[in-house]
Amino acid sequence: MAITEEAPPGAAAPQQAAPGTGKRPDQEGWHLSSPLALTLLLVVVVVLQGPIRGALSTPVMQSWMTVFVAVVVQALPFLVLGVLLSAAIAVFVPPSFFARALPSRPALAVPVAGMAGAVLPGCECASVPVAGALVRRGVTPAAAIAFLLSAPAINPIVLTATAVAFPRDPEMVVGRFVASLLVACAMGWLWQRLGRTDWLRPPAHAGHEGQSKGEAFWGSVRHDMMHAGGFLVLGAMAAATLKAVAPESWLRTAADNPVFSVLALAVLAVVLSICSEADAFVAASLTQFSLTAKLAFLVVGPMIDLKLFAMQAGTFGRGFALRFAPATFVLAIAGAVLTGAVLL
Amino acid sequence: MNRQAQAAVLFLTGAALLHAGFTDLYLRYVKAGLRPLLLAAGVVLIAAALATAWYEWKRARRSKGEAATAKAAEAADVTDIADAHEHVHREPRISWLLVLPLFALILVAPPALGSYSAMRTGTALQQPYGYAKLPAGDPVPVSLVDYAGRAVYDHGRSLGGRSVRITGFVAVDRTGAPYLVRMALNCCAADAQPVKVGLTGKIPPVLQPDAWLEVTGRYTTERTRDPVNHGPIPFLQVTAAKPVPTPHDPYDETWNN
Repeated sequence: MAITEEAPPGAAAPQQAAPGTGKRPDQEGWHLSSPLALTLLLVVVVVLQGPIRGALSTPVMQSWMTVFVAVVVQALPFLVLGVLLSAAIAVFVPPSFFARALPSRPALAVPVAGMAGAVLPGCECASVPVAGALVRRGVTPAAAIAFLLSAPAINPIVLTATAVAFPRDPEMVVGRFVASLLVACAMGWLWQRLGRTDWLRPPAHAGHEGQSKGEAFWGSVRHDMMHAGGFLVLGAMAAATLKAVAPESWLRTAADNPVFSVLALAVLAVVLSICSEADAFVAASLTQFSLTAKLAFLVVGPMIDLKLFAMQAGTFGRGFALRFAPATFVLAIAGAVLTGAVLL
Repeated sequence: MNRQAQAAVLFLTGAALLHAGFTDLYLRYVKAGLRPLLLAAGVVLIAAALATAWYEWKRARRSKGEAATAKAAEAADVTDIADAHEHVHREPRISWLLVLPLFALILVAPPALGSYSAMRTGTALQQPYGYAKLPAGDPVPVSLVDYAGRAVYDHGRSLGGRSVRITGFVAVDRTGAPYLVRMALNCCAADAQPVKVGLTGKIPPVLQPDAWLEVTGRYTTERTRDPVNHGPIPFLQVTAAKPVPTPHDPYDETWNN
C-alpha cells in the first residue's frame, strides 16, 4: 500500500512495534516495515562504505573481521544441512517413528540416541536444529540431549580427522569416542533426573495444519535458518573477539601444571569455537600439553563453546542454556580426565 | 523481521556464498575442500528465499480471497485476521544479525589473516612424516612449510645443498627481526596457525609487513625459538627476494592431505 511504502524510516519503526493499527485491512499481507528498514540499511551501508572500510582497516579489526567471516562461512553449510534435516524430520517423519525406534524407557533411550549421533556427519552447528526438531517431534528431551552432545564428536568424519591429526597416538581416537559418548549419556541421564520441562522452551513453530508439505518444509527451513543463523552470528562475534584480543602466551604458563593444563585447554575449546572436524589438528599443535589435556579440548569443544551456547539459547531458551552449559562443561572435563586416566 | 525481509536476507546470504564460492574469495576464510558445500548451501538458501516469497504470495492471495468473502463482516474482524498473520510472521530481532556477515563478505571482504595474527600465535611447525624427493632445478621451488620442516627436523640434509625458493608474507617481531610466514589452515581461518622462517643474509632494505615475497636462499644452521610457544624457527640465508602478488590460496593446506 502506497502510504506504507513512502513512509520514512522513523514511521516504519513504531509500526513494527504496534502492528495492526487498523489502517491496513486490505494490505494483501505485505507488511513493508521490515523490508523497508532492510533496504534503507543496505543503502546507508553502501553509501558509507568508504568510511566504514577506513574504520575497519586497523590490523586488529581486520583480523577480527576475517575470523568472524571465516567462522560464519565455515558453519553455514553445516547449519544448512542441519536445518534441512530438521525440516525433513518435522514434516516427513511421523512422531510414531521415533516412538518405535527409541526404547520407551528414557533411561535406555539415552544411550541409543547417543549412539545414533554417530550417523550425522557434520559439525556441531548441524546438531542443534536437528535436536530441536527431535524434541518437537515428541522425543524425550533426555535422549535428544544425548544426541545433541554426541553427534558432533563421534561421527566418522570427525573420528577420521582425529586419527589423521594424531598418527602416533591412535588411542586418542578411542579416547575421544568413549569420553564423548560417556559425557553425552551422563548429561542425558542427568537431565532425566533433574531436568524440568519448564526450563526448556522449544520455539513456537507456526502450526503446519492446512499447509502443503512443501510449504511446511520450506517454512521450517526459513524459520530455523533465521533463528539459528542469528545466534550463530552472535557466537561468531564472541569467538572472533576473544581470538583477536586474548593473548596466547598465557597458555604456555598453564601447560606446566597438570590441573591447570586441562582447565586451560577446556576453556580454550569454549573460547575458540572451532569446528569439530578441525579441532583435532589444533589440539595436535598444542605440543606442550599432555594428551589428557588435549583430550579435554576435544571432548569439551564439540559439546559447548560460545557459538553453540548462543545457538542453544536460541533453540531451547536462555533458561535452559544457562543451566545446561556449565553442567556440560564440568561433566565433559570429568569425562575426559577419567577416560584419559584409563586409556592414555 | 517479516517474511519478505527474511526472504531478502536468505537470498542475499545465498548469493554471497555463491559469489564467494565462484571467485577465489572463499579461500581467504575456509579450506579449498569446502567449496562444493558452500555452493550447495548457497543454492539451498536461494531456494528457501524463493519458496518463502512464493508461499507468501500465495498466502496473500488466499487471505485476499478470504477478505473478499468476508466483505460483509465488520472491519474490526478483518483486522484481527491481519493481526494473527502479523504475529506468526515475526521472527526475533536476533535475525537482523545475519546482515552483518553479509556486509562483511560483500562490502568489506576482509583479507586473509596476516602478520598481526602471525606474530601473536606461536609457530605450528610439525615434524613431517617423511621427506619427498625434491624436483629438479636450482633454485628448487618448495613450500615454506616444507622448507621449515626439512630445515628443523632433517637439518637441511634432504635439500642437498641446493638453494630454495619459498613464498610467504613478511612479518616483523618487536625487535624488528624479519620473518617470512605462511598461515597453515585445517578448516577455516579461526584455526589458522603460522609457520615462520627467519630471514638473514641479503634482506631487502625496506620490508613492509603483510607484503608477499618470493625469496631465494640457502639453508643455514641458524635457528631460534618462537617467544610465544617456544616452537623452533629455522632461518634462510637470503640471496634474492622479489615482491609477488598474493597467491591464489593464501593459506598452506598441505596438512589437509
